[in-house]
Amino acid sequence: MRKQLLATAVSASLAAGAASVLAEDLNFDEYRQMLADGNPAELFEMEGEELWVTARGPKNATLEQCDLGLGAGVVEGAAAQLPRYFEDTGKVQDLESRLMTCMETLQGIPSDEIINGKFRQGERAKMASLVAYVVTHSNGKPVNVDLSHPKMQEMYALGEQAFFYRTGVMDFACATCHGEDGKRIRATSLPNITTDKGAAEGWTTWPAYRVSNSQFWTMQHRLWDCFRQQRTAEPVFGSDVTIALSVFMAGKSNGAEAAWPGVKR
Amino acid sequence: MKRLLIAPLALCASVAVASPELEAKVEEMMLTSFKESGIASLDRQKRDAVQKACSSPELPDSATMKKLEEAEMATIQWPSNGDYLGGDWKQGEKIAYSGRGLTWTDASPHNNGGGCYNCHAMDPKEVSAGTIGVSLEGYGKLRGNSEEVVKYTWGKLWNAKAYNACSNMPRNGYGGILTEEQIRHLMAYLFDPASPVNQ
Repeated sequence: MRKQLLATAVSASLAAGAASVLAEDLNFDEYRQMLADGNPAELFEMEGEELWVTARGPKNATLEQCDLGLGAGVVEGAAAQLPRYFEDTGKVQDLESRLMTCMETLQGIPSDEIINGKFRQGERAKMASLVAYVVTHSNGKPVNVDLSHPKMQEMYALGEQAFFYRTGVMDFACATCHGEDGKRIRATSLPNITTDKGAAEGWTTWPAYRVSNSQFWTMQHRLWDCFRQQRTAEPVFGSDVTIALSVFMAGKSNGAEAAWPGVKR
Repeated sequence: MKRLLIAPLALCASVAVASPELEAKVEEMMLTSFKESGIASLDRQKRDAVQKACSSPELPDSATMKKLEEAEMATIQWPSNGDYLGGDWKQGEKIAYSGRGLTWTDASPHNNGGGCYNCHAMDPKEVSAGTIGVSLEGYGKLRGNSEEVVKYTWGKLWNAKAYNACSNMPRNGYGGILTEEQIRHLMAYLFDPASPVNQ
């Protein structure tokens, strides 16, 4: 009932066009509050938890031996320390590219199937559920990304440069929209990712459940759609630019408390 | 290389100026991390002079800015028939509201929106206008329609970088985002006394 009342209030104020009320509605705080004790991302999390222990793929194995950086099978706190450099692959990996490695090595599910797939379909959809499961086990923990490895430092520097890289038919960079405090595109508030606070605002609230389309979006999905709206060519799933931007944002978010999974308009 | 290593530690400090080595790596990454998709080709990943000069939080020096602006100014196509204001503000309004077009999910590179409301307030009654750009409320009413103002506005719509090389605003005419006819409709939306912008 309370939910209904709030939803009505939100739409009524939108219809009335009362600017003062709208300022708050634009920030979407009421809606987020409404969902705080019942985030629909839980459904994805539950599916992910089951997938983690289900024997699948050509090797008919579970993911219980997957090392996300804290040792084989450790999920608790794992997302908070990603991305990180992994010795076994010789790469900096975010949660999704690391899960891809585990799915390939442990289960025999080819990474290409995920890289060439589509969001919310097939193995990439299963991956999103696994992401929901893993990030939930870092909810409330401080972001704790170790930037000391030279490859992490290089990725951070590349991510920073990519953030300001203006390109495409509309000359946009990430910084075009996320470079100043208090800006909006239409009704959507934009964090200023050039500041630590703004970067944390983004990094600690994605992956998230999106109320407007009832979808759960991972960080790879979020970045992919940013680039779509930026009018670039299509970023490859798990490619360097997505990892570099993630290291840049996560690095600036160190110490901030993760609120995973988030809830978004 | 040293600088590259130090950058992440200086988190809050200014952004590292890219060494040529880092710059080359970024350009490589911005190409190899992407793929052609629908109308969005890999050409979109290669920067022109303006994009390259403006890919840093620090603006280029004023001489560089001026040089870039002059080159952009030369790309502006002024109305072929001398008609700046003869568009239809109602059509201009539709173009101003529509943020559609030119993504890899759009089938055609034509019939794009202007996306004006994404960043600018225009009609004072519209409360969910973006705030990245300046408010254009009462545009014609406040500025009048002197030749100078009218020409500036056309030029700004056609190629915003002619007036500020590192403007956030897309180069609508030069970039093939909007047609001359669409820009004329937007001019009417900004200047026509009957347009909601000027109420």
